[in-house]
Amino acid sequence: MGRYVIGRLLLMIPTLLGVAILTFVLMRVVPGDVVELRYSQSGSVSQDVIDRERHLLGLDRPLQEQFVVWMGQVVRLDFGTSLWTDRPVTEEIGARIGITIELALIAALIATLLAIPLGVVAAVNQDRWPDYAIRVFSIGGLAFPSFWLGVLMILGLVVWFHWAPPLIFIPLWKDPVQNLAQLIWPALAVGYRYSAVATRMTRSSVLEVLREDYVRTARAKGVRELFVVSRHALRNSLLPVVTVISLEFAFLFGGLVVTEQVFNVNGLGKLLVDAVAHRDYALVQAIVLIFSFVFVFVNFIVDLLYGVLDPRIRYA
Amino acid sequence: MTPRGEGCNVIQRVVIPVFATAALVMAACGPQQATPAASAAASAGASAAVPAQQTPVPGGELVYIVTAEPPTFDAHQSTTFATLQPVSPHYSVLYKLDPAENVSKIIPDVADGMPQISADKLTWTIKLRQDVKFHDGTQLTSEDIKATYDKIISPPKEVVSPRQGAYASVDKVEATDKFTVTFKLKYATGSFLAALASPWNYIYSAAKLKQDIKFYEKNVMGTGPFTFVEYQKGSFWAGKKNPDYFIKGKPYLDSFKAVFITDVNRQTTAIQSEQAMIEFRGFTPQQRQQLSSALGNKLAIQESPWVCVNYISYNTTKKPFDDVRVRQALNLAIDRWAGSEALSKQTIVKDVGGLMRPKGPFAMSDTDLEKIQGFSRDGKASKEQAKKLLADAGFTADKPLTFKFLNRNVTTPYEPVALFLIDQWKQVGITATHDVKETAAYTADLRNKNFDVGLDFNCDYFDEPDLQLAKFYSASGLGKGLNLSHYDDPQLDKMIDAQSRETDVAKRQTLLKDIEKYAMETKAYMQPVLWWYRILPYNAKVRGYVIGSNHYTTMDMANIWLAK
Repeated sequence: MGRYVIGRLLLMIPTLLGVAILTFVLMRVVPGDVVELRYSQSGSVSQDVIDRERHLLGLDRPLQEQFVVWMGQVVRLDFGTSLWTDRPVTEEIGARIGITIELALIAALIATLLAIPLGVVAAVNQDRWPDYAIRVFSIGGLAFPSFWLGVLMILGLVVWFHWAPPLIFIPLWKDPVQNLAQLIWPALAVGYRYSAVATRMTRSSVLEVLREDYVRTARAKGVRELFVVSRHALRNSLLPVVTVISLEFAFLFGGLVVTEQVFNVNGLGKLLVDAVAHRDYALVQAIVLIFSFVFVFVNFIVDLLYGVLDPRIRYA
Repeated sequence: MTPRGEGCNVIQRVVIPVFATAALVMAACGPQQATPAASAAASAGASAAVPAQQTPVPGGELVYIVTAEPPTFDAHQSTTFATLQPVSPHYSVLYKLDPAENVSKIIPDVADGMPQISADKLTWTIKLRQDVKFHDGTQLTSEDIKATYDKIISPPKEVVSPRQGAYASVDKVEATDKFTVTFKLKYATGSFLAALASPWNYIYSAAKLKQDIKFYEKNVMGTGPFTFVEYQKGSFWAGKKNPDYFIKGKPYLDSFKAVFITDVNRQTTAIQSEQAMIEFRGFTPQQRQQLSSALGNKLAIQESPWVCVNYISYNTTKKPFDDVRVRQALNLAIDRWAGSEALSKQTIVKDVGGLMRPKGPFAMSDTDLEKIQGFSRDGKASKEQAKKLLADAGFTADKPLTFKFLNRNVTTPYEPVALFLIDQWKQVGITATHDVKETAAYTADLRNKNFDVGLDFNCDYFDEPDLQLAKFYSASGLGKGLNLSHYDDPQLDKMIDAQSRETDVAKRQTLLKDIEKYAMETKAYMQPVLWWYRILPYNAKVRGYVIGSNHYTTMDMANIWLAK
């Protein structure tokens, strides 16, 4: 088990290195750079100013030189300086990452609380109206983009209640109500979509287990249906559900990119959108690396969880 | 400002709206009708919908929206309103636009009166107020003005000064005595007072600049009406009243908070829900309508022509756009008067004008303008003329002119303006493909001549020909990086220089007419499409702000107050 864990952890390094190289190259292949952007508002900045700024930022150096300098910094966990704000990337990310993690956790919680009960209810009532209703609900979650749902939510709140989620983030420990009033809406928008996949997976997984011999045996023994479902069927159908929920958690970070923008939540997703728009290479590279790390790490944790959930699975 | 409902309990704030939103989703499927009040406000000409000015009331916090974040705190190095709108309340300038009209009248800020100009117009002597203090308590002197302008006009290597070229006429800046500063010019120019009233020229402390020339990139320390409180990245910028501000009784506000909101819908809903009171750049006609419907008489609206315009730029280094007949045909095909009628209902463009802002102090009369190709009210005749020129240039129905029309992926006003142009060109047999690119790629393509025809733009803080004509200089000369039609024309350079050095306004206007005809028609290098129109719907509690013709000036908030 120990060797397996170390091996998996070491495998993360080439994966992240590949992501780093790809991001570095892709950002530079796209036309335009931060200097063009910085002065594009005015439409009246001369080429000399542009060239001078490029030189000051080191953007006129050969690509391989820029890459070596950047990688040298990254291995020391120094992600460099934002080309747009001239502040350390770690400072820019540090100010936002907590908000995104909180939002992702709330969304994941909402999704899990919705998905598992709904999935079980749908399975137990297969091909009856609760099943149809839940399937329509979950298909809706897949069909509606969370940012669109977010726009509708804000409009609804404003039109009907003349109220909108707070514009300024207040940390949970300072004012939990204000904090929740801001984050619950994007969490609902994202969590709904997130729950849709998990609901469908829970339903099909529970349906499969409900047909197993040991479930029939439990029923034959006279075990109450509630216990049959909760103790025998649900527990044994959780493996694929956990996989889906965990992987969706990693995807969730991607989903937040647009939703944070819509709700004006000052998180990592909004920062990434701005950084891409500003061609802030250092910042984009760092955020993409973080997202990739989350994805790879969650996958790793899921693999370890398999062993916990299913004792038959052992790692050599 | 406290958003309405903040004092309510959790059920009101969180639970009830969840269900209400679900209901609204269903309700949103049906058609919506504007309220009579909103329709009336919109059709009546919204510029009248401003509450009467009363005696300013001190106190309160202004919460306003800024639609982008400042890349730097140093306005000397910035070209974006995103720096000016949150940061200006902390600074003063030498001269500024009179906030009572915010268009053309220049008044002193830290200067103690208007400049004394020598007979040869080469020496400008400016006395300073002696009661101006920086926020650290030090007194403002002429050394601070000299250090500030030296940084702008002749910056050290490690500092970028994008407007350095606007001060090419300055030979040197001298601190004559503690409260007198003198600008010595190499040649007289009609634009120097406007240059001194630039909203970008915050007055900085000489001591701070000496300590670190980049101090102001990340720090705030000025002489303005508000002191700096906090900047929460990605979220807001806050300031509070400066009790030592040199204009007694001002500012009226206790504090301000600039909230950064990039999403257009969220900007509108923030005003609609009264979480924010104003966004100083402006909204579209549709957003005005939405806010009018929702807020009724709680909303004030000001509208104004804007010193911003879209230009059609031709890649004159590429065939067939090196042929003046093709450029003239493309210009003649556009019926701007009809376009104004249609587009002003959809987006933020309105007035038909030449190279100077219509209705501005240097604008050509409509009668003169209509004589220039592409500006005639007889759109049909112009289109016939365009077809003839195209045929002369070798483009017929069998061999039509086709090209890519490069545009920026910004909806307002770029997309509707481009679609209008493409439609106009189609009517004379030209097929233009809309080539929409993200801002960085778009700008790079325009600068690198990687385009056929593109939609360029220009925004200025003042009606001043030197500012508006900067991009008409030769591409290999003063227009390097600005002139995106990439032509070289020494004759036009001379014409622009001549008007710049003409200090007599009437004579300057005559020279300008010649330039406009030459650049837009004779050579057809670049033509404006329609000038932008600023629409400012805001919370009627906000008083003391006059819209003006730009979104850069009078951002120090000193005159703004909140009605009870």
